[in-house]
Amino acid sequence: MVKAWINDIPVEVEPNTTILDAAKLVQVKIPTLCKHPDLKASAGCGICIVRVQGSNKMPRACCTPLEEGMHVITHDAEIVSVRKTVLELIMSNHPDECATCGRNTQCELQSLLADFGIREVPFDKFIPDLPKDASNGTIVLEPRKCIKCGRCIEVCQQMQNVWALSFLERGFKTRISPAGDITLSDSPCVRCGQCSAHCPTGAIFEFDDSPKAWEALGDPDLHCVVQIAPAVRVTIGEHFGFEPGVNLTPQIYAALRRMGFKAIFDTNFGADLTIIEEASEFVERFAHGKGTLPLITSCCPAWVDFMEKFHGDMIDHFSTAKSPHEMVGALAKTYYAEKNNIDPSKVFVVSIMPCTAKKYEIHRNPDMSSSGFQDVDISLTTRELARMIRQSGVDFNSLEGEECDHLLGDYTGAGTIFGATGGVMEAALRTAAHYVTGEKLAKLEFENVRGIQGVKETKINVAGHEVRIAVAHGLANVEYVIDKVRKAKENGEELPYHFIEVMACPGGCVGGGGQPYGVTDELRIKRAKGLYSEDEGLTLRCSHENPSVIKLYDEYLGKPLGEKSHHLLHTKYKRLPVYQR
Amino acid sequence: MDQEQLRKEVDEIVKPWEGKEGNLIMVLHQIQNRYSYVPRDISFEVAKRLNVPLARIYEVITFYNYFKLEAPGKNIVSVCLGTACYLKGAPKLIDEIEKQIGVKPGETTPDGQFHVQAVRCLGCCGLAPVITVGQKVYSAVKPEQVAGILAEYSEPATAAAAS
Ligand code: SF4
Ligand code: SF4
Ligand code: FES
Repeated sequence: MVKAWINDIPVEVEPNTTILDAAKLVQVKIPTLCKHPDLKASAGCGICIVRVQGSNKMPRACCTPLEEGMHVITHDAEIVSVRKTVLELIMSNHPDECATCGRNTQCELQSLLADFGIREVPFDKFIPDLPKDASNGTIVLEPRKCIKCGRCIEVCQQMQNVWALSFLERGFKTRISPAGDITLSDSPCVRCGQCSAHCPTGAIFEFDDSPKAWEALGDPDLHCVVQIAPAVRVTIGEHFGFEPGVNLTPQIYAALRRMGFKAIFDTNFGADLTIIEEASEFVERFAHGKGTLPLITSCCPAWVDFMEKFHGDMIDHFSTAKSPHEMVGALAKTYYAEKNNIDPSKVFVVSIMPCTAKKYEIHRNPDMSSSGFQDVDISLTTRELARMIRQSGVDFNSLEGEECDHLLGDYTGAGTIFGATGGVMEAALRTAAHYVTGEKLAKLEFENVRGIQGVKETKINVAGHEVRIAVAHGLANVEYVIDKVRKAKENGEELPYHFIEVMACPGGCVGGGGQPYGVTDELRIKRAKGLYSEDEGLTLRCSHENPSVIKLYDEYLGKPLGEKSHHLLHTKYKRLPVYQR
Repeated sequence: MDQEQLRKEVDEIVKPWEGKEGNLIMVLHQIQNRYSYVPRDISFEVAKRLNVPLARIYEVITFYNYFKLEAPGKNIVSVCLGTACYLKGAPKLIDEIEKQIGVKPGETTPDGQFHVQAVRCLGCCGLAPVITVGQKVYSAVKPEQVAGILAEYSEPATAAAAS
């Protein structure tokens, strides 16, 4: 252990702990801008400088380890004045457009400017003349507002292994751009939005579809319905001052109803349905030898895009089940419309998702229009919903909760845990095990697939058969799992897994690219906990017990994997032109 | 260049460097030397062959001034911006060149005839300000001479199209 002092407060840490992390342990907050807890320090901004007694250098706390016997001073008049200069210099290349910026009041740079009381910038201003890129309709790149912290590059290259973004040129001319100055839509970008979730400023943000939602809500001819994803219920509160992880499902229902939606559905219902279809698929492949193993989950559209671009040889492994919100969309324009005598062409489906990639998924192929119309009309992120709630004048903090519309709204605990890494797997295992054994499981929790470790591998026993499982999140972690499968297939060896779950975002959708800003592992854990505790508190915790889902099969769909399910609830994949990473 | 040809050329360049540390920069060097720039198709091919992300290649190419992304013009016009030339009015020559053919240092005319660059001291300060076109040196150049100098190299449009 290393013993040292920070502002005369004794502190003891593991070797190689940075001054920044050590300071946190003694409740000292050193300001940071380029450093993000998820990412390697780029040491680019200099705002975190501190002083070490007996040295006249000013090391950067984010990348300097605390050493034995050090006396660190984190705040004094000179340090504060250097930090101010750092901010002034950054502002000499940054537009003064806070009022109209996508990150207004949510920007890390803006907060620091406020904290340090920057009132004017004593340097010549030079703002690079770089164009906006909104070409892919999911995330928008605005390189003029980039402070060159390098977070998005690290995210896109190392965390996601997509390599869509890069730093071009150097020094003063450095800029973020897809390699070779192509547009994002021509780049390998899979639209996960993790770059936007990590950007400290307004240089990358979600494509705003809320004007389209307002327009639809204001159209008297349209019948607007809405659904919320599992992970949204435990994060929206962060926008309104609630503790992370607080489950606000009934309040969201109420707010949406007040905003004018005619029916409030829940994507958790769709998640239960996805599980019925996917678990049936798994049992077909595993117990009856029909189809390719391992089965790989397909409810994350960024992962689907990644697979279609870079791992096309895995297509046969993919579950053909659509993602939950697509299922709900398809049923809203068929089952729901028929039952209520509504012209399906007038039904307008809005999905509230933790996700930027869903904005693309809704038109990714003709199967997404299985009802005869585009099944989901628009997809909004949690961040867009928060703004809409504010615009609507609903006092979210003191709103009484309400119920959903049950037809496509009821859900079980299995549906709700979809929003966390490992959740889809756990939900599927609960139902698959029941299908194989015909019995009620004695223990529903599969702890080994929970948690934020990048790759989770485990074995379980289902009726005397060993089922080998892998769960990966963060796309770079996928490569290990896919490589293993590919090698085993090439060498004709025993398959390393039977069932694989992948979510593109670290932590799963609770850490999604469209979620409230400031995500860290700590936050991911709290958000996931919100979902797992809801599951625990519910009486129905397995998808096949969902009464509304059972009714749907009885009245409308017939049986899982049946003809109607196949048409409405399943999709196909194809290799996409070789996008060069 | 057709795909077949392209692959052959990249193959020739890449082969000796395969599996070696730091090979990317060496390969890009050879490409720059051979084509006087790094063509886009070639970058794609190199990315595949060396199994490096395209993004990394572009990071390298744009980091070093040495690498060019566009084919240089047929005639390279260098304007000396060393101290002597600078004081004797080289910036005016740059303005005049831009007026005549519409490009700034670092750019190439759309027809590929001229590539303009600013250079450091050419070592003949007595002749300031100096312009070179290809190997030929023009000394004590006045802005009003620029048009004439460039005219010596301008091919008629028909000839350019035929070539
Ligand atoms: S959305 Fe994801 S894949 Fe696309 S640029 Fe951002 S981090 Fe990269
Ligand atoms: S993990 Fe969830 S939020 Fe992230 S891209 Fe996939 S579906 Fe969207
Ligand atoms: S936060 Fe340490 S250098 Fe930017």
